[in-house]
Amino acid sequence: MPMPKELLDKKDIDRMLARMAHEILEKNKGTKDLCLVGIQRGGVHLAKRLAGKIKGIEGAEIPVGSLDIAFYRDDLNIRKEQPQIRRTEVPCEITDMKVVLVDDVLFTGRSIRAAMDALMDMGRPSCIQLAVLIDRGHRELPVKADFAGKNIPTAIDENVEVSLEEDGLEDKVTIE
Amino acid sequence: MKLSSKDLLGIKELTKDEIILILDTASGFKGVLKRNIKKVPALRGKTAVNLFFEPSTRTRTSFELAEKRLSLDVLNLSVTTSSVVKGESLIDTALNVQALGADFMVIRHSSSGAAHLLSKNVNASVINAGDGINEHPTQALLDAFTIKEKIGKIEGLKIAIVGDILHSRVAKSNIYLLTKFGAEVRLIGPPTLVPQELEKLGVKVFHDMDSGLDGVNVVMALRIQMERQGKGFFPSTLEYSKNWGLTSERLFKADKDAIVMHPGPINRGVEVASDVADGPRSVILEQVTNGLAVRMAVMYLLAGVRE
Amino acid sequence: MKILIKNAHIIDPLQGIDGIGDILVEEGKIKGIEQKSRRAEEQKKTPPQPPLDKGGIKRGVDSELRTIDATGLYVLPGLIDMHTHLREPGYEYKETIKTGTAAAVKGGFTTVCAMPNTNPVNDNSSVTDFIIRKAIQEGACAVYPIGAITKGQKGEELAEMGIMYAEGCVAFSDDGNPVMNSLIMRRALEYSRAFKVPIISHCEDTNLSEGGVMNEGLLSLTLGLKGIPSEAEEIMICRDLALAELTGGKLHIAHVSTEGSVRIIREAKKRGINITAETCPHYFSITENTVEGYNTNAKVNPPLRTQKDVDAIKQGLKDGTIDVIATDHAPHHRDEKLREFDHAPSGISGLETALGLSLNLVHEDVLTMRQLVEKMAVNPANILGLNKETLKVGSDADVVIVDVNKEYKVEAEGFISKGKNTPFEGLVLKGMPVITICKGKIYE
Repeated sequence: MPMPKELLDKKDIDRMLARMAHEILEKNKGTKDLCLVGIQRGGVHLAKRLAGKIKGIEGAEIPVGSLDIAFYRDDLNIRKEQPQIRRTEVPCEITDMKVVLVDDVLFTGRSIRAAMDALMDMGRPSCIQLAVLIDRGHRELPVKADFAGKNIPTAIDENVEVSLEEDGLEDKVTIE
Repeated sequence: MKLSSKDLLGIKELTKDEIILILDTASGFKGVLKRNIKKVPALRGKTAVNLFFEPSTRTRTSFELAEKRLSLDVLNLSVTTSSVVKGESLIDTALNVQALGADFMVIRHSSSGAAHLLSKNVNASVINAGDGINEHPTQALLDAFTIKEKIGKIEGLKIAIVGDILHSRVAKSNIYLLTKFGAEVRLIGPPTLVPQELEKLGVKVFHDMDSGLDGVNVVMALRIQMERQGKGFFPSTLEYSKNWGLTSERLFKADKDAIVMHPGPINRGVEVASDVADGPRSVILEQVTNGLAVRMAVMYLLAGVRE
Repeated sequence: MKILIKNAHIIDPLQGIDGIGDILVEEGKIKGIEQKSRRAEEQKKTPPQPPLDKGGIKRGVDSELRTIDATGLYVLPGLIDMHTHLREPGYEYKETIKTGTAAAVKGGFTTVCAMPNTNPVNDNSSVTDFIIRKAIQEGACAVYPIGAITKGQKGEELAEMGIMYAEGCVAFSDDGNPVMNSLIMRRALEYSRAFKVPIISHCEDTNLSEGGVMNEGLLSLTLGLKGIPSEAEEIMICRDLALAELTGGKLHIAHVSTEGSVRIIREAKKRGINITAETCPHYFSITENTVEGYNTNAKVNPPLRTQKDVDAIKQGLKDGTIDVIATDHAPHHRDEKLREFDHAPSGISGLETALGLSLNLVHEDVLTMRQLVEKMAVNPANILGLNKETLKVGSDADVVIVDVNKEYKVEAEGFISKGKNTPFEGLVLKGMPVITICKGKIYE
């Protein structure tokens, strides 16, 4: 088996997040009615980091939530491992908010579909945007990221892994 | 981690880790139940059949709502409307229901082992909603969920179960669960309803309330079935409530933060005094809410096993 | 037709035979028996007999002769089961006289006693007559009916014992429905003395056992099944012993299952009360643990008990407290057992596993082969007054040839009995009947 190849390191990730924070603010013209919701699990850490960057830029705290999409997945029957149910916690009413979904890797788009369904069942946001650290292609649904850290062309059988310090690992993105 | 069996037959058959998995998953569903839209599409397109061979409003409605909130299609078969009255065997009824495409069969039956019999003969996931005087696993799971939610842990707690232990499937399931988690379980009631033999399961048997309740963190009162008094288990409900009824005076013996639970339906003034049932320590209605989350979790997890 | 069984290890307690020898069967009767190990000695005393090993003729070859080389095998008097449910009339879907007796023969039995809980109940001579006729027409082995003690087995009014006795009933029992009224039981034990027939008592205090479906104990609690305490059996044994003592009636206690029962019967025998007792292979082979998983094939009445009861039953067999091993063969239809444990009928299809299970007692040195023959042939015949327990010259040629070392797996699907309800499915048994000869007819 080939060794995982490191694509991005801690500094790369940090710079990408900083740029994405700026883009989010630019597109939404500030932090008014803005809320970040990270998809469990990697997305939650990234959403928190983005919120930190946004605070650093604008000085304003924005609500950050976490979303577990297991109940909305379409692959309960075909997965070997049952997904562990993690916390869903959105600290504000999302109705009429501008919700930015945050995930680590955008691949088939199915997780995002599930996440949007989950969000819609929680309220009626004025809009949903999507921020991902890595867009690796191979979409199976019409989903597009509004903010992407990096586009990485991949083969379908490759595996892109984002590891983060919050999980006790080193910040990096690898491919194998 | 997955559950190891397609069926939930009893707490006896579950490991501690499996119980933890169910309780953790139930937390997720409890979140769903707090939302405006209390429904998830998780089991869309699947079918649940509630086979109730014994009258039950509470458990059946809880399962039905849990199923609906998982987007299952639900069919209710109760003894009065089914062909059971025409003498059809349990297996035949179940096979017919299976032919209709049932993915889940929730069964309540007056004979112990009825769910086990079903599980050996159908492919659907069988969930025991109470079999005879054997087990009522989802009740024990929701009780455990409620205790964890209220007190934060089960291990090391002193938990008293008061009443007709002999005929209580709720008590049996709770004994298995709570002892697996390292709680000190005390059974309190008249000797005719609390066999000494049960101490072999690692619990303590008491026949008087004051010593049994001393310092407990949780009191579970069980429903006293009125038909028992004619059978010589105790002379009258009056005498029962005088000796083993949970009153606010007796509750002073328990820990000051003790919670009071009851699987329902309550005989007010018999096993629990009204002021206790409605009092600040009572978590009886929260048990009902948690029942939904736990039953959703069970069905969700079992669906993952079957495929 | 003649049959010559050669070089067999013959055991016939009545004649005191336990050694290698030959047996000649002719026209359904034992024609000759010869023990080789004694031959030299006896030849001195008695004038020479024609040698058996050529079929009793001195010269030439007898074309009618079937020779069975039984080297390494045991030859025993045909086994007698004094507790069989043949189900006919009334429950032919469970078993018939034809299938039940065929199963018996396969199990090494040449005589069975049919319990009266048929439909209609064998509580009058016309039913008795029906069973006897049917058995002559279709039965593979001898069938002796047991009549009901009370009309309809209701425990209220004595049945016509005298008439049924004249018709052919060899004992009386309300098996399955204990006679709860002590006065009626007293009368039965008294009245039956006129015909010197035993009263076979199913000992169970049905108030104490009410609703019970298995042994009472921790297991019944954890399975949520209603238990039957040992005392339900023991109390009734005590009552019946007292009544037997009072009346001088011939009491036989059916299917003893508990340690306490063994102790009570042992003491009673010591005091000289005229009683006999039986147990069944399942009571010395398995425990209540077999019920686990709600196995309805392990539902039987009295229920399977605990290891200490099993040990006590074995001890009771060894020391003679228990006289008889009977099968309590109780076949049921598959659909009846495929039910909720509470609702499934009690009973084990036992004829085809009884000898294999009982031979375990010989392998374990609980019984000798001779004692086993006593428990499964000699004693039942004595209790019931049947002349069926010996290989003496002139008796019916009821013989079973047993390979005590042959191992095989119990497979209910292969049972001849219609009842496939056995808790021993898959168990490997050591020892089986290889040939059964019933009144000179060979079944193999």
